[in-house]
Amino acid sequence: MPNPLTPGIVPGRLPAEEIAANFCDLHPALGPHEAATAADRCYFCHDAPCVTACPTAIDIPLFIRQIATGTPEAAAKTIFDSNILGGICARVCPTENLCEGACVREAAEGKPVEIGRLQRHATDTLMARQGHPYVRAAATGKRIAVVGAGPAGLACAHRLAMHGHEVTLYEAREKAGGLNEFGIAAYKATDDFAAREVDWLLGIGGITVETGRALGRDLTLDGLCDGFDAVFLGVGLGGVNALGVAGEEKDGVADAVGFIADLRQADDLAALPVGRNVVVIGGGMTAVDAAVQSKLLGADQVTIAYRRSRAKMSASRYEQDLAASKGVRFLFNVMPVAVHGNGAAVEVEFEHTAEGPDGLRGTGERFRLAADQVFKAIGQRLVTDAGLALAGGKIAVDGPGRTSLPGVWAGGDCAGGGDDLTVTAVAEGRDAAEDIHAALMGVLA
Amino acid sequence: MANLASTFIGIKSPNPFWLASAPPTDKKYNVERAFEAGWGGVVWKTLGEDGPPIVNVNGPRYGVVHGADRRVLGLNNIELITDRPLEVNLREIKEVKRKWRDRAMVISLMVPCEEESWKDILRRIEDTEADGVELNFGCPHGMAERCMGSAVGQVPEYIEMVTRWVKQYSRMPCIVKLTPNVTSILPPAMAAHRGGADAVSLINTVKSITNVDLDHFSPFPMIDGKGSHGGYCGPAVKPIALNMVAEIARHEETRGLPISGIGGITTWRDAAEFMALGAGNVQVCTAAMTYGFRIVQEMISGLSQYLDEKEMALSDLIGRAVPNFVEWQDLNLNHVTKARIDHEACIKCGRCYAACEDTSHQAIWMKPGRVFEVNDAECVACNLCVNVCPVEDCITMVELPKGAVDARTGKTVGDYANWTTHPNNPATRAAE
Repeated sequence: MPNPLTPGIVPGRLPAEEIAANFCDLHPALGPHEAATAADRCYFCHDAPCVTACPTAIDIPLFIRQIATGTPEAAAKTIFDSNILGGICARVCPTENLCEGACVREAAEGKPVEIGRLQRHATDTLMARQGHPYVRAAATGKRIAVVGAGPAGLACAHRLAMHGHEVTLYEAREKAGGLNEFGIAAYKATDDFAAREVDWLLGIGGITVETGRALGRDLTLDGLCDGFDAVFLGVGLGGVNALGVAGEEKDGVADAVGFIADLRQADDLAALPVGRNVVVIGGGMTAVDAAVQSKLLGADQVTIAYRRSRAKMSASRYEQDLAASKGVRFLFNVMPVAVHGNGAAVEVEFEHTAEGPDGLRGTGERFRLAADQVFKAIGQRLVTDAGLALAGGKIAVDGPGRTSLPGVWAGGDCAGGGDDLTVTAVAEGRDAAEDIHAALMGVLA
Repeated sequence: MANLASTFIGIKSPNPFWLASAPPTDKKYNVERAFEAGWGGVVWKTLGEDGPPIVNVNGPRYGVVHGADRRVLGLNNIELITDRPLEVNLREIKEVKRKWRDRAMVISLMVPCEEESWKDILRRIEDTEADGVELNFGCPHGMAERCMGSAVGQVPEYIEMVTRWVKQYSRMPCIVKLTPNVTSILPPAMAAHRGGADAVSLINTVKSITNVDLDHFSPFPMIDGKGSHGGYCGPAVKPIALNMVAEIARHEETRGLPISGIGGITTWRDAAEFMALGAGNVQVCTAAMTYGFRIVQEMISGLSQYLDEKEMALSDLIGRAVPNFVEWQDLNLNHVTKARIDHEACIKCGRCYAACEDTSHQAIWMKPGRVFEVNDAECVACNLCVNVCPVEDCITMVELPKGAVDARTGKTVGDYANWTTHPNNPATRAAE
C-alpha cells in the first residue's frame, strides 16, 4: 500500500475514504436558518460598495433582503438577471477581493456579510426547485457562433438566446464548462456542479452545442464569419507558459492546468497518481489549486515557489491561508534555474531573487528542493489570434468586446481588460451579447 | 453592591423584580424555581371562582413576532386564568409563602363583577398568608367576553366599585392591574385611586394579532384554521407601557399613587427606565418565558452597578425622570442641534444618506469616496440619521450655542422659549 512517503508519482497515497473526505465541499451550503441569520447582517447600503465591487454588478442588497424575507427564489432571479453563472461564481469567486472585501461590515468589524454563501443559498434553492427560469424572446432569425463554452461563452450564448437569436456554441474539448469544469479545484464545485449548471443554463433553448470543435483546428474565423451573422470568441488561454530552464522536459514536470483537469475528470481520485515531493511554480490561483489538491491526494511535501514577494501573489490571501492550512509550504522570492534528475525529475534548483530598480534579478544564492513532481503554473497564453489585432498578448477589444474585425466580439480570458476571473468572463460575455443584439437588431446600445 | 431591598405598598422583597401573574407563576414548582433563581416576588397566576376548572385551548396558546435571528420581540397569548382547582392553588401558595418568607407573594384575582363573588374569594385566600392581592382588570381575551378582565378595566366605574369591595372585605394591600386597551390610561387609574387601591400595576397585554398564516388565511395563533385576538407583551410593548406609567406618575390626581411597572421589561436597564418614570417596582413575564428564570441575576447585578455608579439609592431612582416628562408645548424651541458625522467611525454604508434623501430633508451630501456630510442649511435635527446608523455614536447631535446662527433658519439661537409664547401660536395671538 503506497503512503505519503512512497517515492515517485503513485496513486492511492491515502485511503480512498480519506481522499473523498478531503475533496468534499469547501464551504457547505447554508441551511435556511443560517441563511436568515447571515442575511440579517446586511445593512442594505445605499449605492452599495459590494455591488460596485462585483464585475457583474449583481444587486446584492436586494437579493439578500429577498433571502431575509423568505424568498430565496426571487433572490436567485435577482442574481441570474445579472449573472447567469451565479451558481458557480458563488463557489469560486474570490469574494474576499470583491463583494465581501468591499462590504462595510468588513471595514467595521473585519467580518463581512457572507455574500458568497448567501448567493449559493439562493441559486441552489432556485436551481433545485424548478426548471430554467427564463423564456426566450420571439425568434429573430439571426444566427451567432459562440466559440468556447467556458464562462464567457456560456454567458454570451445564454443572453443571445434570451433575445431570440439562434446560437451555435463550439467547444474544443469533449465537454462544455471551460475552466469551471476543467480548471478549478474540485472542492469548490462538488457533485458535478459545473456540468449540472451547464445543463441548467442550456434549458433556455436555442443553443446548439458542438463539442470537439476548436478554432484553428476545426474552425476558421473566416468560415464562421461567412456562416453566421456574428461571432463571439471566448476561447480562453489554451497555452501554458514554459519555465525556460534546463531539465524542463524531464518526466514528472507537467502543466498545473493539465493536472487539475485530469483530477476534475477522474472517476476515482484514489487512482490518480501524485508525487511524494511536489513543487508548484507560480503565484496564482492555478498554483494554489494544484498545490492544495496534491496535498489532499496525499503528497508528503508540497511547496509553492514564487519568484516575487507574497504581496505580489495574484492568489488572494484567503487562498494562501487555505493552502497553508492544508499543509502547503510557500517559498517567496525564488526562481527555478534547473530541474535535475536522470530522466525523471528528482530536484529543482532555485535561485533567490531580489527586486531592484531594474526589475527582478537573481542574487546568485542557490539551493535545491527534492521534487519528483513539478507543476508549472506561471501563466497561460492565447493559442491562436485568428488574425485579430492583439494587445498585451490578448485579443484587443474596445468597449463591450468589439475586436478589430467587424462582426467579431471577444470576451473572457482570451480578451484584453479585466481580471482573469469567472465572474469577469461572465460580465464580458453578457455585455458582448447585448452589444451583438443591439448591432444585429439595429437598436442603439 | 447597592442595596436593592424594596418595600412596595408595605410589601417587602429583597429586590424590586417580581414575576408578573402569568404562566410562570401558575404553580409551586415554577415559583420555587423562580425564588431559587433570585426573584424578589411573584404575583401568582390569576385565580378565579371556585367551581369547574377553566378550560384552555389545546392548540397553540402563543403567537410571536421575531426580530433578527429569531429574537423574540413580542409574544401574544390566548391562555386564560389558572385552569387548576382553586384549593390546589391556595394550598401551594401557602406552602411556598411559608418556605420563602422574605419574598413577596401577591395573588392575582378575577371573579365576576358581583359583590358576593369578591367577598367569597377574598375570604378563601385570607388563610394563605399572602402579602397582597392584584385585581386582574386587564386580560383582553377569553375572560373579557365573560365580562371580566379588560371588560372591567375599560369601565372606570366598575374598577372603582370592585376596588371598594376589595378594600372593604380584605385588609390586604390591593394592586389594581390596568389594561392598555383604552384611549387614555388616566380614567381607569383615577378610578382605582378613588376606589382605594394601594397601587396600580400596568400594563396588562395589548389586544393583538401577531401574524396571519398566509397558507391557511388565519390569524395566529391558529386553532383548527381559526385564530382569535390575544394579549401582546414583550419588548415590543415597552414604549407603550412606559408612556402609560409616566402619564399616571405625573398627573396631579394620580401623582404619588404607587405603580408596579409591567411591559416588556427584559434587562436591568428596562427596569431602571420604568422606575425612573415612576414605577416603585417592576414585574416581568415575557423575558422569563423566553430565557428562563436566570435572567434575574443580570437584572440584579446590572441595577446594582448602575446605582453604585450613579451613587444613588434605589429610592432616589424612582420617579426621577417624571419631572422631565412634559407636554410638547413645553419643549424648548430654541434648542437647536445639527447632526455631525464622525468620519473616523463612519463605515460608509450610506443609510443616513438614503434615509435623509428619500424620506426626510435632503440634508446629507454624498461626496466622492462615499464621504457623507451634513448640510446645516437643511438639517432640522430630526435624528433619523442617528437612528438608522449602524454604528453607535458615529452620528451625534451637536447643540448650537446661544448666539450662534442656525444656517437653516438664519435666526440666532436665543433663550428658552416654547410654543405657548411662539408668535405662530394662534392661542398666543388671541391672548394679545
